[in-house]
Amino acid sequence: MRTTTVIIGAGQAGLAMSWWLAERSIDHVVLERGEVANSWRTERWDSLRLLTPNWQSRLPGHRYQGDDPDGFRTMPETIAFIERYATSIGAPVRAGTTVTSVRHIADGYEVVTSQGTWQCNTVVLATGACNIPHLPAVAKAVPPGIDTLTPIQYRNPQQLAEGGVLVVGASASGTQIADELQRSGRSVTLAVGEHVRVPRTYRGRDIQWWMDASGVLDQPYDEVDDIVRARNVASLQLAGYPDRRMIDLNSLTAIGVKLVGRLAGINDGKAQFSGSLRNVCALADLKMHRLLDTIDAWVATQGGDLAIEPPRRYDPTSIEASPPLLLDFARRSVKTIIWATGFRPDFSWLDVPVVDAKGNVRHDGGVVTESPGLYVMGMPYLRRRNSTLIDGVGDDARDLSAHLAAYLGNRRQTTRAAAHAVGV
Amino acid sequence: MSTTTIETTVNNGVNVAALLGAREALAKAPEAAQFKWRATVTWVGGTFSRTTVNGYYGLGSEHQHKSEFVFDADHPEVFASEDRGATPVELVLAGLASCLTAGIAAVAQVRNIQLHSVTATLEAGMDIRGILGADSDVRNGFDGVKVTYKIDADASPDDIKALVAQSQKRSAVYDILTNPTNVTVEVA
Repeated sequence: MRTTTVIIGAGQAGLAMSWWLAERSIDHVVLERGEVANSWRTERWDSLRLLTPNWQSRLPGHRYQGDDPDGFRTMPETIAFIERYATSIGAPVRAGTTVTSVRHIADGYEVVTSQGTWQCNTVVLATGACNIPHLPAVAKAVPPGIDTLTPIQYRNPQQLAEGGVLVVGASASGTQIADELQRSGRSVTLAVGEHVRVPRTYRGRDIQWWMDASGVLDQPYDEVDDIVRARNVASLQLAGYPDRRMIDLNSLTAIGVKLVGRLAGINDGKAQFSGSLRNVCALADLKMHRLLDTIDAWVATQGGDLAIEPPRRYDPTSIEASPPLLLDFARRSVKTIIWATGFRPDFSWLDVPVVDAKGNVRHDGGVVTESPGLYVMGMPYLRRRNSTLIDGVGDDARDLSAHLAAYLGNRRQTTRAAAHAVGV
Repeated sequence: MSTTTIETTVNNGVNVAALLGAREALAKAPEAAQFKWRATVTWVGGTFSRTTVNGYYGLGSEHQHKSEFVFDADHPEVFASEDRGATPVELVLAGLASCLTAGIAAVAQVRNIQLHSVTATLEAGMDIRGILGADSDVRNGFDGVKVTYKIDADASPDDIKALVAQSQKRSAVYDILTNPTNVTVEVA
């Protein structure tokens, strides 16, 4: 089978790209291993809601029209939303099509799938940044008899064996799972490394509204001081609770979650925690207040009455005098570890040598410069801070589809010029 | 578009350009980043020993300090010793203090913050029933370390706090003290 562009992945990124390719009259297919919005269907826990408000799911040709712009979609609502989008734009999705190989051929790429082979000029990798849970090396030392789960496998508290839980990682997944488990009656210990603390609402508006309006989310990747660091920042400690409450380490301490430092080792049936808890919390408090300073400064330049409430600052993260450095799994009846330690993309099927030692595709703002005609989407800070948000993939798809169209145009000219030169 | 060189008047005596250049160079040659730090010790008598440091390995070759540095260590008179040098745990505090302070100077330079004075006091608690073997529930080492900085710099209190926090984030000795490390001691 032959087409101009193969998009791999029918999530928000692949679909946004499909919209833009259609707009530019570029023939394409969208290959999807499962169904549209597959990761949202199969890799999320039951109670999860989107971390961004309803209004902030703008996609090419789509604006939120409902009556709850500030609400947070449940997973079934998110799946239905992306499905409706795929249908409304008439995306040429081939569901149930697993890609097993992508490789160079003379005039482009060959994409081998469970449903046949495609030849094409250009490929867009839209399979996302969160395919494989990333486990720290210490995961190998977990003693027998302890269950381990990743956020991709976690569904609800009833799924866990009786007993206490150690949640490793205090970003969006870890804090929400710790909150849910503790409220279900479990005794939860949360191992905390570097994290990003933000309030859900500030001065009467959602934090995402401020970051969107003030341009923080649109900051381009080539204007960032240290893009490597920016691409490795942990996810914001946010939850999409209907009551809009703030989730942070203080709110978790208040319901009884025990905070400990980063998990540094497991030895002799005991987990060892870093003594750096106080500093990672100090860093997060300082950075949160710096963000709030930025927002306040921006509000001051805007005039009018954007802010509904006056500025405020939050209590520092409260840490007990001597947080425990050891946890004896047996003595504390801890039966489950949840690894909320981040994700990596899976490009094991990509037979083009553009993947670095950490499993990421090398790219310049989504353009895989080492392999012309190849593009990647949905990676952290791909082109702007919101590249991993539903709301951000539309702008990325516009920019990358423009590059892709220009590439195809140049290619045709070169081919024609070459044909002319040999007198065809 | 014109390029302007911003003249920086901040000088904390740290060659930040060299450090940032090294980070970039090492990204391309990670093997050069492998260092080996070494020390040799000789027992002098009683609890008194003398440690020297000189050679180390890094950037793919052996290096020597400009001169050999010597650290005398002993136990104090309250331990019925002769107090001919710092106690080993005080040397650990010296290591932490100098590591964090070097980090503060470097981070301040990167952030264009002029330092005028930096001092810190360090205090570590220890229950000596651990090292005496009097109570197996008491650990040998510190039960905590408290570092208190006094910094005079051209920066806001929050920016100074951020300097100190960032220097902990990048400190080798802070990491060594806060995280477990495998230690292998053999008899040759």
